[in-house]
Amino acid sequence: MKVLKCHVGIGQKVEAEALVAKDNFSARYDLDRIKGVFSRPDHALAGQSYDGRILVFDTAKGGVASAWMLHEMKGRGIAPAAILFNRANTILAQGAALADMTMCDRFEDGDVTDLIRTGDRIVVDPEAGEVTILNRD
Amino acid sequence: MKLNDEEKAMLAGEMGPAKQWAIDHQMKVGRVFDAEDLVPVSQAHMMCDPEAAGEAGAAFLEGLADKGARVAVPTITDPRGVDLTHYMPLGQTEEMAALQRRLIDANTRMGILSTDTCINYQTIMPPVRGEHVAYGDTGVVIYSNSACGARSNFEGGPSALAAGLTGRTPRYGFHLDANRRATRRFRVSEQPKGLTDWGLLGAVAGKTAGSYWAVPVIEGLEVTPTSDEMKHLGAAMASYGSTALFHLAGITPEAQKLADVGGEALPVEHLDQDMMNAMRSRFGARGDKPDVVVFAAPQLSIVEMSQVAALCEGRRFKVPLFACTAPQVYPDAVRMGFVEKIEAAGGKVLVGTCFYQQFAREIGEANGWTRLLSNSAKIVNILGGYGYQPALASMEDCVASAEAGEIL
Repeated sequence: MKVLKCHVGIGQKVEAEALVAKDNFSARYDLDRIKGVFSRPDHALAGQSYDGRILVFDTAKGGVASAWMLHEMKGRGIAPAAILFNRANTILAQGAALADMTMCDRFEDGDVTDLIRTGDRIVVDPEAGEVTILNRD
Repeated sequence: MKLNDEEKAMLAGEMGPAKQWAIDHQMKVGRVFDAEDLVPVSQAHMMCDPEAAGEAGAAFLEGLADKGARVAVPTITDPRGVDLTHYMPLGQTEEMAALQRRLIDANTRMGILSTDTCINYQTIMPPVRGEHVAYGDTGVVIYSNSACGARSNFEGGPSALAAGLTGRTPRYGFHLDANRRATRRFRVSEQPKGLTDWGLLGAVAGKTAGSYWAVPVIEGLEVTPTSDEMKHLGAAMASYGSTALFHLAGITPEAQKLADVGGEALPVEHLDQDMMNAMRSRFGARGDKPDVVVFAAPQLSIVEMSQVAALCEGRRFKVPLFACTAPQVYPDAVRMGFVEKIEAAGGKVLVGTCFYQQFAREIGEANGWTRLLSNSAKIVNILGGYGYQPALASMEDCVASAEAGEIL
């Protein structure tokens, strides 16, 4: 197990598999929310499913729509389990607060898109500000 | 977070369940951004189009309205997703319209003003320097922060509503002096000409700055942008960079001198012609056949409506052309004959919507629209993710291309 410290976040403690990209995130610009996949052709995760995964990105980009969209995605049951950023923007934090989706940012040990790899099994504890990688020493 | 007695009463539920939800939401958000307290706001601006809010959002708003929610400060809305006088011809469904009606009804019951505009700084009540507001459209926020010197973070629909209900917002981000100083210093070598050029400069600056927390100061401009040009500059910067505040040295109110925002201490980064051309080349080119031509993002001011109308006069379009404007602008545009000129040429003016916020994916599929031509650097960025192949051209070339059936 490897434990990463981050800023106190939003939502419940969750465990799921990580999907990591050195890219940014917007629910409006990047996703086909009906199919549950990244649809923007030049996104690093184009074509991949985000359902039930813990998404790991550099930062959030784009518009305010994501604040409703996390809630809407969760309402339909096709949504990420959590989202981690090096630095969130206000919209994603607000959206996570409404949707009760887990979200954390600002990691003490460096770039979270390097620290966590796609396929890692991770636990996010937003109250404690801790992310645990279960499959790593 | 420090709360005063009134805020404590809200949190305890003594002022009703809606205010209790609102302040609890604000405390969750405030904690993430280390807000020390709440700051009173004079206005809120709420984005809640049906595509973004969805069934879940409508049920949520109806629940608040049922519990007697009532906004405490003037709260206005961003564009709606359905022009209820013109949706079937676009391929929008009765379900979309029904969801739109539910949202309008719930908002109206809470005392929210359905202004349906993303250019409230041109049409409703522009904020003044130092005014704390809770605005919910990136283009509105960046314009208000940068051109007006007002203070707002990007407030998504739920948070703008929370601010409307409590009359406050967590004090973090661009409400604080320290976060309004420049963090990047850009020097331009090409002087923008026209709305599309200003949008391109915004796109390059936003993409280069690349973060909500970055504040670019731009120097080297020999021309002062008009309100419409500033609108396209800001909307594009916010779209490409998630940027919420920029300064133009010698132009915007907080940067009368570069030093006012700490710009002189930053290294100069050049936004040169290569970067502008690289941005231009990302989009469709001459000879491509557009399926649809769109003026939107942001909605058109009365001045832009007059310009589009003048360009449409005497033409007949082969390609559908849409112009989205604010409900506040539309009656003037009718009265002055602009709507008639645009529609006589085969175009259509949509009221209170903004093309990308009105189920753009679904209406594209319903009409077979893939190649979209616009003068908005913002919309061509967004719609790439919605299955479109967007192209960018000036307003003049967009109108001429709609007539010619290919990009000129």
